[in-house]
Amino acid sequence: MLQIKNLQAKVEDKQILKGINLQVNAGEVHAIMGPNGSGKSSLASVLAGRENFEVTGGEVIFEGKDLLDLSAEDRAREGLFLAFQYPVEIPGVSNINFLRTALNEIRAYRNDPPLEAKEFLKLTREKQKLVEFDARLANRSLNEGFSGGEKKRNEVFQLAMLEPKLSILDETDSGLDIDALRIVSNGVNKLRSDKNAFIVITHYQRLLEYIVPDFVHVLYDGKIVKSGTKELALELEERGYDWIKEPVSTEPVN
Amino acid sequence: MITTTSLYDQLLAVFQERDSEQQQDWLKALKKEAFNGFEASGFPTIKNEDWRFTNVAPFLKDPFKLQPANIPLHEHRNYGAIPGLDAHEIILKNGLLNEDVAIAGLKVTPFRTALGQPALQNYLGKTIPLKNNGFAALNTALFQTGVVIEVEKNAIIDKPVRLIHVYNAEEPFFVQPRVLIVANGGSRLEVVETLFVKGNEPVFINTVSEIHVAANARLDHYNLQVGPSNVRIVNFTQVDQSGDSLYNNHTYTLPGISLVRNNLHLELNGSNTESHLYGLYLTGGNQLVDNHSLVNHKMPHCMSNELYKGVLMDESRAVFNGKIFVQQDAQKTNAFQQNNNMLLSDRAVIDTKPQLEIFADDVKCSHGSTIGSFNPEALFYLKTRGIGEIAARNLLVNAFAFDVTSKAEIPAVRNYIDKLITQKMAEAYD
Repeated sequence: MLQIKNLQAKVEDKQILKGINLQVNAGEVHAIMGPNGSGKSSLASVLAGRENFEVTGGEVIFEGKDLLDLSAEDRAREGLFLAFQYPVEIPGVSNINFLRTALNEIRAYRNDPPLEAKEFLKLTREKQKLVEFDARLANRSLNEGFSGGEKKRNEVFQLAMLEPKLSILDETDSGLDIDALRIVSNGVNKLRSDKNAFIVITHYQRLLEYIVPDFVHVLYDGKIVKSGTKELALELEERGYDWIKEPVSTEPVN
Repeated sequence: MITTTSLYDQLLAVFQERDSEQQQDWLKALKKEAFNGFEASGFPTIKNEDWRFTNVAPFLKDPFKLQPANIPLHEHRNYGAIPGLDAHEIILKNGLLNEDVAIAGLKVTPFRTALGQPALQNYLGKTIPLKNNGFAALNTALFQTGVVIEVEKNAIIDKPVRLIHVYNAEEPFFVQPRVLIVANGGSRLEVVETLFVKGNEPVFINTVSEIHVAANARLDHYNLQVGPSNVRIVNFTQVDQSGDSLYNNHTYTLPGISLVRNNLHLELNGSNTESHLYGLYLTGGNQLVDNHSLVNHKMPHCMSNELYKGVLMDESRAVFNGKIFVQQDAQKTNAFQQNNNMLLSDRAVIDTKPQLEIFADDVKCSHGSTIGSFNPEALFYLKTRGIGEIAARNLLVNAFAFDVTSKAEIPAVRNYIDKLITQKMAEAYD
């Protein structure tokens, strides 16, 4: 589904990504962990098409297409979804109107007719229930006055509505209490299938107890320095990141 | 002073001719005073502080006539109706009310007839400033057409009243209509003013509205400034509120009309009044839209709230100037004013000046202005959900305008404005 080859990117002359390689297949969940400033969120931003990042090398193939060639909206229409670490509040845009616009723009891109009001409503109800999203929130302005947890739940609700092929969850666990974490994780788990894939970016192993990954990668200084299975996350929790950093800094000496 | 010779001479000649025919002393005196006021100040120039950013001279250059072209206005069934708006209609053709209007609870009289009624003295030109106020003075001196709308005491008018201004633009036309609304005690009225122009020649509309809202009366006043680019409007609205009254003004200006200057003055003459001023200007092309407002708190325990929002495209310019006076007696005043602007083009210009002068010592007041553009983070967020550039900008502009448009209590008006915003923005990106 996704092949990242030697991806390099910079922002304002600072090299952030220094050669990332990653392959994600349908049905897989990949966790990306790493200390602060290692480039985790930058990787998510580059994949989603944020404008202030400049790709300086490498390539990203998504479902056979050159992802880096597409605009942010076309990436979404092709089936890429980024759940934001800090979802934006947009007063005056109703959640529902926003979702209808998004869904219909995606459908138009795929040459599907817009959803009938009745079908849309049905879909909304169904997905609200699936991810335990409060109907009252759905009718409010987009994220306006939402708590941190409500915003993250709204991200998962949008994910459920838009049914992307590949979802990137950027520190979705930050700012969540245990209950919210459970609800958000349950939502994601219900949406998992052998047709879609997830990249879960997190600092902590805690989230991975709920969303169990197939692979865990450690990002440090713009590179994936270690990959493994879910046991790697446990080891990180126990030992911290220092032992991972070590080999990289001593590499030239060896 | 601008002496656009032909227009100025015409105005002078017409005044002298009409002055000699004037029957009633009080009216003759008012008109004389007004014309003196106009002669002293002339048309305002950019040397006048209140007109610094709005040069009217280029808009007065055309060979205007004071009478409409002698071409009959074709009957239009609804003169640009607002879809879904169920309303009574009052139609002014070139300022003239020429149909009998019967609306329960309302007395609707052509100004020509009303001028014969002594009661008019109590209202006409009573509070409107005639010095250093050239356009309003000129209208007061020379107006002949327009309408007087009186809401009977305690009458609740069942449906909004659409006041439709229809103008003939087959020849250059300088027109000065007048509107007087008297909302008597305990009454309630919603007025929606709209414009319909036939023809492509320049029309300069110098209009004055005087509004009196009596105790316990409520007036909701919507002004929809949607029209073609051959139209120029200078509008002076003077509102006098008695104690315990409520006045809400909603002014929407959309791309089209090349010059709009709104002067909205509120005099709060009693205690416990409430006033809301909501404005939205979405400007395009090389349009110039200037909103000047003044709220004069004279008595204690009054509340006024003003929110104007602007979205500027292309090479358009907008001006906002809001003055709030809180006089010494006006203790316990709540007065708020806010002007927010979004510049969507590098060539658009906004001049904004919030002003607050407080002479009382126990009040709650705030004022402020902002100028910004799209929030790039919001735009990116929408795009990551598959929403394209144009649709995303549309959503964000509608959202920005929401604080103003959502205050419209007539759903048909609100839907109409929302649709116009979307439509006019789409046209601008074509």
